[in-house]
Amino acid sequence: MSQTTSSLRIFFYGGLTSYRALFNWISPAILVPTFLIEPVFQVLFFVYVGRTAGIGNARFFLIGNAIQFASIPCLFAIANTIAEERRFQTLALLLVSPARRLPLFLGRALPVIVNGFCVAAFTVGVGALLLGVSISAGAWLPLVGVLAVAAFACTGLGMLTAAIALRVRETAVLANIVFGVLLMFCGVNVPLSELPRWMAASAHWLPLTHGIAAARDLAAGHGGAHVSDLVAREAGLGAGYLALGTALLYYFQYEARRHATLEIA
Amino acid sequence: MTSLRLILVAWWLQMKMRSRSAFEGVLGVLWPLFFATTIFLMYRQSASGAALIGASVGASAMGVWSATSTTASSALQSERRQGTLELLVAAPASFPMLVFPIALSMTTVGLYSLVATLLWGRVAFGIPITFHDPFGFVCAVAAVVISIALMGFLESVLMVRYRAAWAIGTALELPVWLLCGFLVPLTLLPAWVRPISWALPPTWGAYALRAAALGGSPWLDVLVCMLLGAVFAALATALSHRLVDSARTHATLALQ
Repeated sequence: MSQTTSSLRIFFYGGLTSYRALFNWISPAILVPTFLIEPVFQVLFFVYVGRTAGIGNARFFLIGNAIQFASIPCLFAIANTIAEERRFQTLALLLVSPARRLPLFLGRALPVIVNGFCVAAFTVGVGALLLGVSISAGAWLPLVGVLAVAAFACTGLGMLTAAIALRVRETAVLANIVFGVLLMFCGVNVPLSELPRWMAASAHWLPLTHGIAAARDLAAGHGGAHVSDLVAREAGLGAGYLALGTALLYYFQYEARRHATLEIA
Repeated sequence: MTSLRLILVAWWLQMKMRSRSAFEGVLGVLWPLFFATTIFLMYRQSASGAALIGASVGASAMGVWSATSTTASSALQSERRQGTLELLVAAPASFPMLVFPIALSMTTVGLYSLVATLLWGRVAFGIPITFHDPFGFVCAVAAVVISIALMGFLESVLMVRYRAAWAIGTALELPVWLLCGFLVPLTLLPAWVRPISWALPPTWGAYALRAAALGGSPWLDVLVCMLLGAVFAALATALSHRLVDSARTHATLALQ
């Protein structure tokens, strides 16, 4: 088998197997409450808080929260794949295997991106129905594209948390903290113009900020060309985080092998 | 007196265990502040001073439920995983008297987040901590904490048969925030939702908190909150006896 074929197998089959085996949230008992019920209620909660405070409109909160909730699978799934390998004591076996690291690590991101995209798309669809938010038929296709790019960008950040998971035992705490930061900073419920200046400046370096802005523009009736710059920035940030996360994974696994601390975190 | 001592000792033991948990420690500190910060930033855009105080009080009560919903749902699962559920059931003390302190320890962590949210609102957003009736506010806080502990008690008993109970508990967090009107007046919710809200003790606790903070008498709301809490406690007690009897009869206590 050529090296390319082998890498492709590790990327696709290895990634899918890892997702199915290690992200045990795909059981319906967890999937339905976590990925289908919770995001819809997050949308409803902030829509009603917005109405009480007399700000925003349903579409603003729907788009923001639907995309932000994609971060739950994007952050937890990929961090879990590291933490669960360690819990099942297979992490060492994985890292001494001759498999190439790049497809091994990146392959784990692909099912996560699909998961994050599905959560965001489901929430936008159901939320629009429940709240009577109308999005023009022509906006849906580019909107789907933006959701996919946002899920990719957030998975990039997830890869960074996965790398840190090699050093930190409590990956659930870590992922929840990152989720909270994204909720506060990315213009999910508060426009960037209303955030303190330092928060707004930081938001431009986080995934989801540009994706949410692009999706809101599309839902408001702007064309795809209007948001291309935002989408490009979102994709660029995602690629940057993915590269940084992968590099850190390389570094931490090298350090863990050198100091024999792989399973100590 | 023996029952009170049992509750106190079990509560303290649980508090010590929770203080070692990063999930409940670090996240218990930060999680309510994420939502409170977002809410303060939202309200700051348009609302008046009184509305901001109301938001601060409501957001602080949200933290008590946050500290309870996920952990209470999986409380008995955790005991099962640790191999202590059988010991609890076999203990000479009444089983509900052993489960209630677990939920009470969770809401005690929530009490911290209530105070932290109020202080965070004061320090970061300049929201004054001034209460129309300070003594009434303290009593309303106690009513909220105890009633949510009783809800957590019922939740933990209800979920004992679900292996993935934590996921249901997590999914209940936001609906209860909405239904109990911590931030959103019940009049804004659909009419069919309101009877559900009225049946939940924290709804009345939230009324009492707002009345004590902004002006008005909290006492009737405190009373209704505690009465409904007692109903939840009675339900949880009856259900726990029933479930334990069933599990012992069928030898399924450790098998869920």
